[in-house]
Amino acid sequence: MKVEEHQERKLEIEGWPVHLTSYRIGDTFHCTADNVSPGANLARTRGATREEAESKAIQFASERLSQTRRHTV
Amino acid sequence: MSDYAHPEALVSTEWVAQHASDPNVRIAEVDVDTSEYSKGHVPGAIGWNWTTQLCDTVRRDILSKSHFEKLMAEAGISNSTTVILYGDNNNWFAAWALWQMKMYGHNDVRLMNGGRKKWLAEGRDVSTGVPTPAHASYTASGPDNGLRAFLDQVQAAVQGGHTSLVDVRSPAEFTGEILAPPGLPETCQRGGHIPGARSIPWGKACNDDGTFKSYADLKALYGGEGVDGTHPTIAYCRIGERSSHTWFVLRYLLGFDHVRNYDGSWTEWGNLVGAPVERGAAPHAAKA
Repeated sequence: MKVEEHQERKLEIEGWPVHLTSYRIGDTFHCTADNVSPGANLARTRGATREEAESKAIQFASERLSQTRRHTV
Repeated sequence: MSDYAHPEALVSTEWVAQHASDPNVRIAEVDVDTSEYSKGHVPGAIGWNWTTQLCDTVRRDILSKSHFEKLMAEAGISNSTTVILYGDNNNWFAAWALWQMKMYGHNDVRLMNGGRKKWLAEGRDVSTGVPTPAHASYTASGPDNGLRAFLDQVQAAVQGGHTSLVDVRSPAEFTGEILAPPGLPETCQRGGHIPGARSIPWGKACNDDGTFKSYADLKALYGGEGVDGTHPTIAYCRIGERSSHTWFVLRYLLGFDHVRNYDGSWTEWGNLVGAPVERGAAPHAAKA
């Protein structure tokens, strides 16, 4: 098998920069959302289309990032 | 890669594609996200789970020597095997595995430059097959605790002031604005950093494609913060995996002789009763 249609893009979710990576292996699109800095995965999803996989990843990432507290320094 | 102090510590994706099936080469994927391997990996690569196979699962510690030997043997790795490690997040936990392999004296272990990210982006072959290597015989040495910093050594470094402390977390974690990476559970009671530490986030050592920056760029990056290898150096992050990535950069790409990974990191220091903590940005570094 080969990885095909590999794409990366950045967007902002809940005020945090997020990096989306999506690609197709066989008939399945995979998507991971990471928090850019440090780069840890927030969500990993699958879908029949890129849009489906990305939409799920954005939703899960949004739920997690909305719980991040900012403290006054 | 030839300008690095130890260019032999890295291989390219192309090298892996050409050598993955060599009998004396073992490829191992180690991911932050332990489900990544099952999606598809470098053909012939085994997968190691950092949460269950690369740490003591009872007490907080690295693998014991006996468990390390068992892991190697079951992976078909002998003392003379060339081991290539790679993983997601630009090789975070691949570097963690490499750090442990060096602690236990494995001679020939290298990172695939660019990690899983680059392999996928290049559209290379992947496999979901899980190899079942024949068991090998393995005898570890060490552990070489000269590669590892413990709490008392970090405390002494703070007191003594003759050690470079490198905080590789994100700027917001360094200042104390957030207590954990965005979207992850808070795992400390206090935010901030170890007094005297310089903030050099791990990711600054990488290019967009996941490969390491050039020797000149890395030297400028760390040297610009006064970290030039003239003093012993300790890298830390939250749990020790990002700092093992920086440890690799300092030890093998820049060639620092005395660099340790403080795997206790902020989950130890930021929960320690009475530990001194600095908050906010670090003052400008004295240039080396």
